Amino acid sequence: MSDQRESYQPPAGGAGRSYAGASAASGTMHYLCAECGVKVAINKGEPIRCKECGHRILYKQRTKRMVQFEAR
Amino acid sequence: MPSSTQNIDQRRVVGVEAEIVTNVTSTDFPGHWPNEDHSWDINKFKQSFKVVFHKNSPLFAEFDLIHIDASIANTFRRILLAEVATLAIETVYVSNNTSIIQDEVLSHRLGLIPLTGDKAALRAMKWYTKAAPGEAARYPTDEDTIVLHLRAACERLPGAKKSETDPDKLYKNHSVHARDLIFEPAGKQVQTFAANPVRAANPDILIAKLRPGQEIDVTMHCVKGIGQDHAKFSPVATASYRLLPLIKIKKPILGRAAERFAACFPKGVIAFEADPNTGEKMAVVGNARNDTVSREVLRHEEFKGFVELGRVRDHFIFSIESSGQFDADELFLSAVATLKAKCTYLKRDTQRMLKKQALDARSGRDQSRLKRGDRGWME
Repeated sequence: MSDQRESYQPPAGGAGRSYAGASAASGTMHYLCAECGVKVAINKGEPIRCKECGHRILYKQRTKRMVQFEAR
Repeated sequence: MPSSTQNIDQRRVVGVEAEIVTNVTSTDFPGHWPNEDHSWDINKFKQSFKVVFHKNSPLFAEFDLIHIDASIANTFRRILLAEVATLAIETVYVSNNTSIIQDEVLSHRLGLIPLTGDKAALRAMKWYTKAAPGEAARYPTDEDTIVLHLRAACERLPGAKKSETDPDKLYKNHSVHARDLIFEPAGKQVQTFAANPVRAANPDILIAKLRPGQEIDVTMHCVKGIGQDHAKFSPVATASYRLLPLIKIKKPILGRAAERFAACFPKGVIAFEADPNTGEKMAVVGNARNDTVSREVLRHEEFKGFVELGRVRDHFIFSIESSGQFDADELFLSAVATLKAKCTYLKRDTQRMLKKQALDARSGRDQSRLKRGDRGWME
């Protein structure tokens, strides 16, 4: 499995691409609430807290970047 | 007796006894039997060799190869398993996968799905070779790579009852099947695969299960390969052979004993006839092919000395189960073609080697003559 990870090459022009859940320029990140599962948008400096239920544990979303695997 | 296998050359028979298997090796080679010519001859082979088909459907073929050596029959089997090329998913590009199946496991599952499509176009596909380490990357082309997509996202169905437990009524797209693979033809593939696009041979294969909010979005590259490299490239589900079973009834088995005798074999293996003298029910060999050679009959004291079991050493009952990309009988023909090509290469290379050896030997001789100052051979 390890060599599969090594063979990963980021797609061309990757620098301009947005990371998981981030809307390009604004700095807003989307997380998933660990309690209610809702998608939470959090800006820079905001408290880490779910806007629906007030839970303080949020999960980072999976990367939207392409990952290469061998079907073996 | 209905079966012609009853009077068979004893040299062709492998004996199957209660605790031993006898006469296992063939003896039809030169130098084994005194004053008999067993040297291999193409005309002799052409006359004696026989192929008899018993079942032939696209996914399954059963046929007999008669009067052939075990080594050749086994070669065909091994070539079928490992050296006939097929198309399979080789690289998986995961854009998103939030299902409970890990990316690696999902990729592996995708790779094992048998694919099908236009046979001529699949055969015409070229080999994609990976760049060696340090070499510049080789980019896939429409000649060597097929692109498939798989996109699925699960959602809740509105209006489902709270007490509902059936996932079909609760969720949309909760199961991802092989039929959900979407072929994206590139370049020439638009025409070559127009009538028969690349798809899964078995559309009902379950790839993953999803729950609301989970999503799969992957792109796959399929290439040609052989079973030696990975089992996913093997064109057959199984390719195997067994020897024709032989049952020899030495003394008549009559009446109730005949029924007990038949019960020792699978159905249809033993048939009944009327005894020509008394008209009593008599056991005869029906369809020996169906026998599993369980040797059950040898466990019974009452049939001791009545029956001999065996197998015909050069009668192979070959069965091929295709995984769906090519027809089973076509696969056997490809195996024969592969063996033929290999023989041609071996012959060519052996001749080259011998030629080189002869040349080397001659130049060696010339060198030593030059050293000795002997020029006479040059004139």
